[in-house]
Amino acid sequence: MLPLILEGIGFRAGGQDLLAGVDLAIAAGPPTLFLGPNGAGKSLLLRLCHGLLTPTAGAVRWTGIDAERARRRQAMVFQTPVMLRRAAAANVAYGLKLRGLARAERAARTAEALALTGLAELAKRPARLLSGGEQQRLALARAWALRPEVLFLDEPTASLDPAATGQVEAIVRGIAAAGVKIVMSTHDLGQARRLAGEIVFLCRGRVAERAAAGAFFAGPRCAEARAFLEGRLTW
Amino acid sequence: MPDLWEAARLALALIVAGDPELVEIVARSLAVSLSAVAIACLAGFPLGALLAVVRFPGRRIVIVVVYTLMSLPPVFVGLLVYVLLSRSGPLGVLGLMFTPTAMVIAQAILVGPIVTALAHRALRGLYVEYRDQLCSLGARPWQVAPTLLVDGRTELATAALAGFGRAIAEVGAVLIVGGNIAHVTRVMTTTIALETSKGNLALAMALGLILLLIALAVNAAVLALGRDARGT
Repeated sequence: MLPLILEGIGFRAGGQDLLAGVDLAIAAGPPTLFLGPNGAGKSLLLRLCHGLLTPTAGAVRWTGIDAERARRRQAMVFQTPVMLRRAAAANVAYGLKLRGLARAERAARTAEALALTGLAELAKRPARLLSGGEQQRLALARAWALRPEVLFLDEPTASLDPAATGQVEAIVRGIAAAGVKIVMSTHDLGQARRLAGEIVFLCRGRVAERAAAGAFFAGPRCAEARAFLEGRLTW
Repeated sequence: MPDLWEAARLALALIVAGDPELVEIVARSLAVSLSAVAIACLAGFPLGALLAVVRFPGRRIVIVVVYTLMSLPPVFVGLLVYVLLSRSGPLGVLGLMFTPTAMVIAQAILVGPIVTALAHRALRGLYVEYRDQLCSLGARPWQVAPTLLVDGRTELATAALAGFGRAIAEVGAVLIVGGNIAHVTRVMTTTIALETSKGNLALAMALGLILLLIALAVNAAVLALGRDARGT
């Protein structure tokens, strides 16, 4: 289904161009990170890629399959985890039920996903009583159980402490190592260095630069990215 | 004042002794109102969920109408059902006038908009929270509504209790379509009205106290549900 092709994507709301002229091909391989300051359009671009929003200009295309079938082969984890008012295990099983999996298969995949995210012992706890870090790991387990080929992550550690951030990053690395394409947004430079295969640097609704992670951190070409790396505010 | 104390003392005696007439009236009241609330919820909860999730032309108008009907006066509902069920009315052949069934119908009409509107409000909030996640997981509209009904169970229970509070306490509708016939359609509120006008304050007072106790139980249940809901 990869590469994911974005052709001249624009998104206009309230008389403002929140994204404009985004041309990207996201290919299989190591994680792609959308990096940029707040308000650059990272989350919006992820939502457009995932199909939660429809661009007001341009088109999002998957290679070889239509959007409907692509939907079943991708998953997304949000900045604030959305926990169903059910037990942790039921949160994971819910997504599998929507895909029409049989009960035995659901139970097996749920147990596996909870074990991989270190939540096996919390399986029966109400999801909304879990800590922030546990909730985000549960969101990852729910996404992972779907066996996606592409996993979108929208600032998954933005509201977590360093320990919980480390746990989430370890899980993300594990999922990437299993061959899942990770497309993730972050404004955290350290996290981008730790996880990125390539960087898509966004600034004010445009792709300012795209480069392999090593090259980007060694010396970004565009002025906005240099300013961002140096910690200078860019507006 | 002495009359009031005397009435209260007699009322307590009736309650403690489990006076058969009192028990019969309380049981009928509960049966009628619980049936009406059950019917109203069966129709109102799915409708509330659909109004929260599905977009269709005229949705806003339907919502405004439902919310307006929350303040239907009970006597007016009684009048409507009376016109429908009376011998010469369109449903007169069913012979339901002055039966407990007619009372259930009237109260269900009265409570339906309340539980629908409360369900809509609660599930709308839940849907806004869940929308992106459910869409991401690939949920179809017909899968979203049941999910909201399950996850909104606490709020829906609260809505049902609010509806029950309205039904058990109203007098206008059941008086008109029930007729307050002894041992057939006499319920707590209609008895209170009748016995007060007859000067028999003890029975009226006893029923009033029981109504208060039921209201207390309902509110305690709402509070307890709210506490449970915070985490789960």
